[in-house]
Amino acid sequence: MYELIIIGAGPAGMTAAVYAARKRINALLLSKDLGGQPLTTVGIENYMGYQYIEGPELMQKFEEQVKQFPLEQRIGQGASSLSRLDAGFEVGTDQGESYRAKAVIIATGKRPRPLNVPGEERLRGRGVTYCAICDGPIFAGEKVAVIGGGNSALEAAGDMVKIAEHVHLVSITPLTGDQILIDNLKDASNLSTFLEHEVVEVEGSSRVEGIAIRDLKTGEGKKLEVGGIFVEIGLIPNSELVRDIVKLNEVGEIEVNYACETGVPGLFAAGDVTDVPEKQIVIAAGEGSKAALRAHKYLQRL
Amino acid sequence: MSAKEVKVYSTPTCPYCKMAKKFLEDNGIEYQHLDVAEDKAAREEMISKSGQMGVPVIDIDGEIMVGFDQTKLKEKLGI
Repeated sequence: MYELIIIGAGPAGMTAAVYAARKRINALLLSKDLGGQPLTTVGIENYMGYQYIEGPELMQKFEEQVKQFPLEQRIGQGASSLSRLDAGFEVGTDQGESYRAKAVIIATGKRPRPLNVPGEERLRGRGVTYCAICDGPIFAGEKVAVIGGGNSALEAAGDMVKIAEHVHLVSITPLTGDQILIDNLKDASNLSTFLEHEVVEVEGSSRVEGIAIRDLKTGEGKKLEVGGIFVEIGLIPNSELVRDIVKLNEVGEIEVNYACETGVPGLFAAGDVTDVPEKQIVIAAGEGSKAALRAHKYLQRL
Repeated sequence: MSAKEVKVYSTPTCPYCKMAKKFLEDNGIEYQHLDVAEDKAAREEMISKSGQMGVPVIDIDGEIMVGFDQTKLKEKLGI
């Protein structure tokens, strides 16, 4: 039995791991992958200590820092269940393993929000992608659609107008991203914008062939012929693991107090999976350290 | 044991591709790198082999893996 299991290895989880190791807590870092959301962030100019650094490089540095300390890691294993024991918790993984600990920190972050329309799941990876930075170049020379009106969607559209034959930008709201990104798209001749339109269906047999959209004001339907769809409509918290044990807010984030406590003794949460306002790397890292220090205090009192 | 033939299909911007390649390098595994952003033939080959259009795709002696999954990759490589 461990003293502490940290689930998730993004900025919050890796920082918690360093703090736990320095307190000589017998801890396990358990995560599907290492690095979390910054892996798909290109330039970071607001993580203190670096005037500019790319997301994957910053996470590489986090990883190196974790590795300096003797701490057990199971990377490549996602947590699939969490249950309360008489004294502590049991965490089951998608590899069929299970681990026990007196305390747990949930630092599982967020994942891309799906559209939840017919055809989307079936054509996932067959033209439907949630990682424009990864898969964008595969659609060079094709007609594509970018779904969303925030910064991620505008960045994806900005990248794709340079290489795609045509880009359709579809958003259920007016564009909400930064003005500088909206301005960047002004001169693109191969861009059409559908504001206050929703995606109704993703169409195609073995590959994406098009999407059906609808004008929210007039109800008028339209079909767009595209080979690729970049879904950039925000994120949802990976909080399913504890949804029956702790309180979630209306968007599914774990409610925590100022000390990263969930209300269940011994169960802490940190980073983007929580209801702490503002999702930033520096905030997630800070929350991760706080959760580990609170877990340390909790373990000392047992 | 003879060395396995490993091919990595990737794009230059994809962080998971970089991680996969770094993982192979760190473990001394030689691989052939195919940039599907530039190389259209490789792109088609990747799509037909994996039946999908996401990167990275890793081909280990004809066995196809989509994405970077360290545990599975270790298993397939026998390391």
